[in-house]
Amino acid sequence: MASRVVAITSAGLVTALVAIPLVAVFNRAGGIATLNAADWAALRFTVWQAMLSALLSCVFAIPAARALHRQRFWGRETLITVLGAPFILPVIVAILGLLAVFGREGMLSQALMFVGLPRVHIYGLHGILLAHVFFNLPLAIRLILQGWQDVPAERFRLVAQLGLGSAAMFRVIEWPVLKKAVPGAFLVVFVVCLSSFAVALTLGGGPKATTVELAIYQAFRFDFDIGKAATLSVLQLGFVGVAAAVLLRLVGTPSADVGLGRDQVFLRKMTPMRRSLDAMVILIVAAFLLLPILSIVFAGLFELPFLPSSVFQSAKHSLIVALISTALCLFFALPLATFKLGQTISLFGFALSPLVLGTGLFLLIQPYANPFELALVVTCVTNALMALPFAIRAIGPAFGQIDADYGRTATMLNLMGWARWRWLYLPRLRRPIGFSAGLAAALSMGDLGVIVLFADPDRATLPLQMYRLMSAYQMEAASGAALLLLILSLGLFWIFDQGGRRGFRA
Amino acid sequence: MALELKNLLLEKGDFSLTADLSLETGSLTSVLGPSGAGKSTLFDGLAGFLEPKRGTISFEGLNLAGLEPGKRPIAVLFQDNNLFPHLTAGQNVGLAISHKRRLSNSQVALVDEVLERVDLGGLADRSLSQLSGGQLSRVALARMLLLERPIWLLDEPFAALGPSLKRDMLALVKEMAADVGVTVLMITHDPSDALALSDSAILVAESRVEGPFSTQALLADPPDALRHYL
Repeated sequence: MASRVVAITSAGLVTALVAIPLVAVFNRAGGIATLNAADWAALRFTVWQAMLSALLSCVFAIPAARALHRQRFWGRETLITVLGAPFILPVIVAILGLLAVFGREGMLSQALMFVGLPRVHIYGLHGILLAHVFFNLPLAIRLILQGWQDVPAERFRLVAQLGLGSAAMFRVIEWPVLKKAVPGAFLVVFVVCLSSFAVALTLGGGPKATTVELAIYQAFRFDFDIGKAATLSVLQLGFVGVAAAVLLRLVGTPSADVGLGRDQVFLRKMTPMRRSLDAMVILIVAAFLLLPILSIVFAGLFELPFLPSSVFQSAKHSLIVALISTALCLFFALPLATFKLGQTISLFGFALSPLVLGTGLFLLIQPYANPFELALVVTCVTNALMALPFAIRAIGPAFGQIDADYGRTATMLNLMGWARWRWLYLPRLRRPIGFSAGLAAALSMGDLGVIVLFADPDRATLPLQMYRLMSAYQMEAASGAALLLLILSLGLFWIFDQGGRRGFRA
Repeated sequence: MALELKNLLLEKGDFSLTADLSLETGSLTSVLGPSGAGKSTLFDGLAGFLEPKRGTISFEGLNLAGLEPGKRPIAVLFQDNNLFPHLTAGQNVGLAISHKRRLSNSQVALVDEVLERVDLGGLADRSLSQLSGGQLSRVALARMLLLERPIWLLDEPFAALGPSLKRDMLALVKEMAADVGVTVLMITHDPSDALALSDSAILVAESRVEGPFSTQALLADPPDALRHYL
């Protein structure tokens, strides 16, 4: 009984936290007529860049997934695990890394200049695409790789026995795999890129490369036009909501889990040609993903001892925000994971962008308090809600399994309410809880979203401070801050995830 | 006084089962019948996991209708997942008497004593992965003892054990049941288990529960449904 009260309370709380800001946004929003040509251009650009990002990610993911599936090599499993890392990588860190490789002063430009070619320009559409592919190529690879791993081993054996040629092989195995996995991967990447803010903020901008999220921010910070921000928020909410609904309907909830899958023997003779092609694909993908990160590590290492105190101050803020939002996220997730409606409610985070929520919260707080003073509080709440779907995705199925396996024994022992949580659910949920806490902490640590709306100089988080350093062209300090942020994000994830694994008795 | 099922109708999906029978308090009864005939459904109804559509279940005059499974005078040993693998043997047994974080000294003594009775003396602090299949069954039995509920439902709990271990466990069940005077119903697929447990058996077949019969007589001249199955 008591646990039902808790479940209903947290469901109500999450719904209220999402719905009330949205009502505020709708109230303040002007009609569709108030949108000008630039706003519509932002909408078109948002959809266009998301489509291109999804398309490019899938196009590159197909050969990479195939190579990863059919080749066995030293470090393969590590590479597949690393493919899960961009998910918890702070966006701003990755962007600095990408700049170090592909930017005006980056390695690629240097190499091009060396052979007498012009430098590359990273800002604008292609910069945004580059960053989106960096973040989503690994996701697409893993989704398609999963498709490969779901093919029954018997089918490969059959193909090998029949001695089918490449064309027949493609028809019998590859095409069905791709037909099943690629549209899902495309849709996931598309929806993720629709809400892109930090990438557009740093690499986009201007009339030609502004997303709706970025337009909300600009209306807010530059024009002080809250009404316009609210109208754009409704627009953003509308089309991301529709896209997310289509995604959930067709593909299901995207998972943040890293799956290695079963080990399958690929029973086909590998010609040296095929082998070296695959090796090349894997090397290029690995270099594309690892070089930016490695360059951050090397550049930052020497800056770490000289970081300004403002960086440490913001790091402290970020740590506190991350820990509180992790606690909040679990506080919502555990009761919500226990029932279907709760799981559905937690999906709000997918359809909702941080800036839309932030705009709503700003409108709510403004009449009563100075929103800028509450910047960190708002960030805690928003980050918790954003991580919620992923936490539910990890905890929900595990919870169902525990009840299916041990529910009757527990009920027979009259183990109900809080006692049931203490003796059965919590100890058995250790791993998904640790994983979810790690995700929530890392996501919050690296978040550069709603804080940008609310920020004032006294209340910066580490990602924001890093962005400010970049904007001020203090690249050395920025790379030091980037390394610190990287260490803190991955470190938090690792600590929580390991905490869940340790001491778990299966 | 007895366990009485009157005019009972249990439904699960489009499957239904009727029962009208009375079992003496302190009796041991085997539950026989083909797979899928509803033996486990009968147990679900008795244990309170399935509300009857009609009829009553009562024990010594107490109507069990509406009582939650954990509040019924019934302890169940399921086919599997009886024990929580993240707890020690002692913690698993201790859940029978307390759901508090720590047991009192006298409760710890009680747990040790009951483990002693099933020949697991001194193993309270072992994690389950350190115990053998036979020892795990004993832990579960120890918890049944400590629950102090007058009816035991055993749903093929020893099916995974080898023949000699299974014989030992059945002997242990009989011994303990006689000690504390509980009423036992045990589902089994194995005629020799049924004979080893008791002289009395009920038959679940063709949507009905019938009996009790003499186990020997039932097995010597089984009705068609059971004969095909055996």
